[in-house]
Amino acid sequence: MKIVFEKTNGLTEVPMRYCPGCGHGVAHRLVAEVMEELGVTKRTVAVVPVGCSVFMDEYVNCDGIQGAHGRGPAIATGIKRSKPETVVISYQGDGDLASIGMAETIHSASRSENITIIFINNAIYGMTGGQMAPTTILGMRTTTSPAGRRAEINGFPIPMCELLSSLEGASYLARAALDKPAHIIRAKKYIKKAFETQIKGKGFSMVELLSPCPTDWGMTPKDAVERIRQEMIPRYPLGVFRDWEAEEKAKKEEKAAV
Amino acid sequence: MPSKGKIEVDIVRCKGCELCILACPQDVLALSDTFSASGYYPAYMKNPENCTGCALCAIACPDVAITVWKEERKGDLING
Repeated sequence: MKIVFEKTNGLTEVPMRYCPGCGHGVAHRLVAEVMEELGVTKRTVAVVPVGCSVFMDEYVNCDGIQGAHGRGPAIATGIKRSKPETVVISYQGDGDLASIGMAETIHSASRSENITIIFINNAIYGMTGGQMAPTTILGMRTTTSPAGRRAEINGFPIPMCELLSSLEGASYLARAALDKPAHIIRAKKYIKKAFETQIKGKGFSMVELLSPCPTDWGMTPKDAVERIRQEMIPRYPLGVFRDWEAEEKAKKEEKAAV
Repeated sequence: MPSKGKIEVDIVRCKGCELCILACPQDVLALSDTFSASGYYPAYMKNPENCTGCALCAIACPDVAITVWKEERKGDLING
């Protein structure tokens, strides 16, 4: 028999110490597989966030630097500008990217900084115990919204892909989920396209991944992936929001038509 | 009929989250009765004869604990 699936060399031998059913493991694997497939593992620098995935550089076989909370895109900007030959990814959670790091995220997108952001959206602050995040969906119970998030008190959740898609500088924006194999395969395609966007020098790319956090959602891993399907995907629709390739093609066709 | 595929679960990495069991369309997998060194009940092949080597369990696995083998046939697409 022939091996059709094995652990990629982009991952180290260290077993991941995330909770059972955590989406970080799948996200790390997809990033590592894409790095290996594109042959950029040796020149990739991952800016790892504050959060559970702060140990990412132990699990993924690339260089790593740990950023202050929310400042991933700023650090990634510095690395990419001083060493343009590197492939720079900023791996961030929702509390990191959409709350304390909102300014860095929006401005790096509007400057069309040639970096890739992998955005893990699990709708809460995972590492600190499941507090409400800017992306917490309405009605969702967290430790700081025990009766469920209410719009009149806590405001509405922020959909980052839709928000950034209005910026001219954002070149590639896509959202995928990590709830079932079909969505995971699609997520890998998006991540690959985001890496290619950066390698071709097309500017800012971000892939948002809806990810389960069974421990802080107080659920079994099975129920957690069911929640992504039932509650998160209707609020955060999957798909590609900006694609430089499609836009360039449309422009060419428009010119040809004139 | 011999099975078309087989999997191996790395019990050091497996945390018994059951997501592979959920992903398997052939009801091949189950959780073991004995626990691993880290205290989890790892997955194993309960019905190895049903395995088709589709690798959906490995794609769903958050801990990259599963290696998949598949019987070679002409015209097969090897997925990655």
